[in-house]
Amino acid sequence: MSHEHISTAGASAADVIGLGVVELAGKVQSGELSALETARAFLDRIAHLDGDVGAFLHVDGEGALAQAASVDRLSPSERRALPLAGVPIALKDNLCTRGLPTTCASKILAGYVPPYDAHVVELLRAAGATLLGKTNMDEFAMGSSNENSAFWPVKNPWDRTRAPGGSSGGSAAATAAAFAAAALGSDTGGSVRQPGAFCGVAAIKPTYGRVSRYGLIAFASSLDQIGPFARTTRDAARLLGVIAGHDARDATSVVRAVPDYEAECGKPLTGMRIGVVREALGEGVEPAVQQALLAALDVYRALGCTLVDVELPHAQHAVATYYLIAPAECSSNLARFDGMRFGLRVNGADLAETYGRTRAEGFGPEVKRRIMLGTYALSAGYYDAFYVKAQKARTLIARDYDTAFERCDAVLTPTSPTVAFALGEKTSDPLAMYLADIFTLPPSLAGLPASSVPCGFSPDGLPIGFQLVTRAFDEQGLVRLADGYERASGFAGRRPADPPKVKG
Amino acid sequence: MSIVSSDSKPSRADPTQITLDQVRHVAKLARLALSETELETMREQLSRILGHVASLGALDVASVPPTSHAVPMQAPLRADVVRDSLPRGELLAAAPSTEAGAFAVPKVLDGES
Repeated sequence: MSHEHISTAGASAADVIGLGVVELAGKVQSGELSALETARAFLDRIAHLDGDVGAFLHVDGEGALAQAASVDRLSPSERRALPLAGVPIALKDNLCTRGLPTTCASKILAGYVPPYDAHVVELLRAAGATLLGKTNMDEFAMGSSNENSAFWPVKNPWDRTRAPGGSSGGSAAATAAAFAAAALGSDTGGSVRQPGAFCGVAAIKPTYGRVSRYGLIAFASSLDQIGPFARTTRDAARLLGVIAGHDARDATSVVRAVPDYEAECGKPLTGMRIGVVREALGEGVEPAVQQALLAALDVYRALGCTLVDVELPHAQHAVATYYLIAPAECSSNLARFDGMRFGLRVNGADLAETYGRTRAEGFGPEVKRRIMLGTYALSAGYYDAFYVKAQKARTLIARDYDTAFERCDAVLTPTSPTVAFALGEKTSDPLAMYLADIFTLPPSLAGLPASSVPCGFSPDGLPIGFQLVTRAFDEQGLVRLADGYERASGFAGRRPADPPKVKG
Repeated sequence: MSIVSSDSKPSRADPTQITLDQVRHVAKLARLALSETELETMREQLSRILGHVASLGALDVASVPPTSHAVPMQAPLRADVVRDSLPRGELLAAAPSTEAGAFAVPKVLDGES
């Protein structure tokens, strides 16, 4: 692609990629900006700069340009009805897209092309979004570093020797590097929030049931939830408003009105109560993360919030609880990958051998590990000792939040105890990788909405994020608090230097 | 919410350590044809993870109900009406092997073919 056609009447390519979701949609709606030229600007950027980041597994240039052109052909009043008119968005590769490969970054699904769109994909298309392509991830969303992709690891745009986080690392990296104005990921135990923190972008995991999981390839069905990444919370709130809502095709999708999340932006925070878990700011948390969070608490105090100490006494059991429940559900969900109806088949002498060889060759080490762990936890003699015990611990973890929310409107902790770690640093020790999920797992187990908010940088220039957790279905409170902080602090929306150009 | 738990470095002698035979049995249940090397790696890693998970043993949960879904809700029933399913051809297009408009699978019964 050449650069000649990028410039539009109103804005240069550089201006276009610098715009957020709300601004882009506004300019396309008004006709100031062409959706097609916007799509070209982002596609050019991906073609030239993603080579050394690896955020995308499939880029749908043709589909993106066609969708954008169709938005440009609408009348101004039709365009104004589209909340994401011409907004370039990237999709995690576990969201089914009709006619476009969907692999979950797994060899077992290499080349799989779904015959239908996920519910959220249908909603994004209907809202006028330009879907750029599918992003890299940890295989089947199992991992915290993106190194479990069967294809290639994503590099963190802030430092390409570091992990972008996971499992939605490609979506987070694509948003941070401005390869897309926003992206969707999925979050089972932190897979939207932790990469959001590592890549310095706003990330929201909605309440379980708020967004339909129809067409999201299942990992752990009682925990999975789809959530947006954007450069600011306001932009993420626009996406959340589009993807939230009831869908009969997901039996756990709730019948509940979708409030105007964006209307929370800019509201005063006076009198809101922030719950602080003191232990979450202590031992085991990197000093730069501690300092950034203490500074964030000062910002909230200055904005008129009250800080109250709260305790989550059972949160220390979250890693053990999660790494029984999620693998148990995964071992059941991934039984469908047996080489019969879709994906890879490796033939053996009989059916059992065909199953065994297909799955052994199709799944990577982490997926096998979790299937084994889950199968063990559900097997005869261990079901009560492991699985039921974990479900009871889950109750205690959720009750901690009920108690905390008697005294506060939101609980604030780090998103991750550290900034982005080096690629390769934790791959040899799965347990060490799991233990770093300590802050994101408790709200996942409790089904609560949670957000990661950029709040500073380490001395090495790596982004830091804090996590806010609110009551079930109080995404409004989450957006209000995150947006209020962003406006006061100025950390959101910062971008890393561009990666080197790679000849396409 | 201390992130330094007492059992973050489980010892190899932990009682939750599983044997190679158990790992082999679980791999069979999970339909994973693992190599001997993979089985041994799995034994070592699962033992370490289970060593951590054993910390739940210290929790008194006798009177605590289990949570299978965090957000309480009733299972919805859909209307009993006929709906279109996805086109057969599109579904079969993704299959590794098809025959006569159906998924072709390995024979599961002995006898006449």
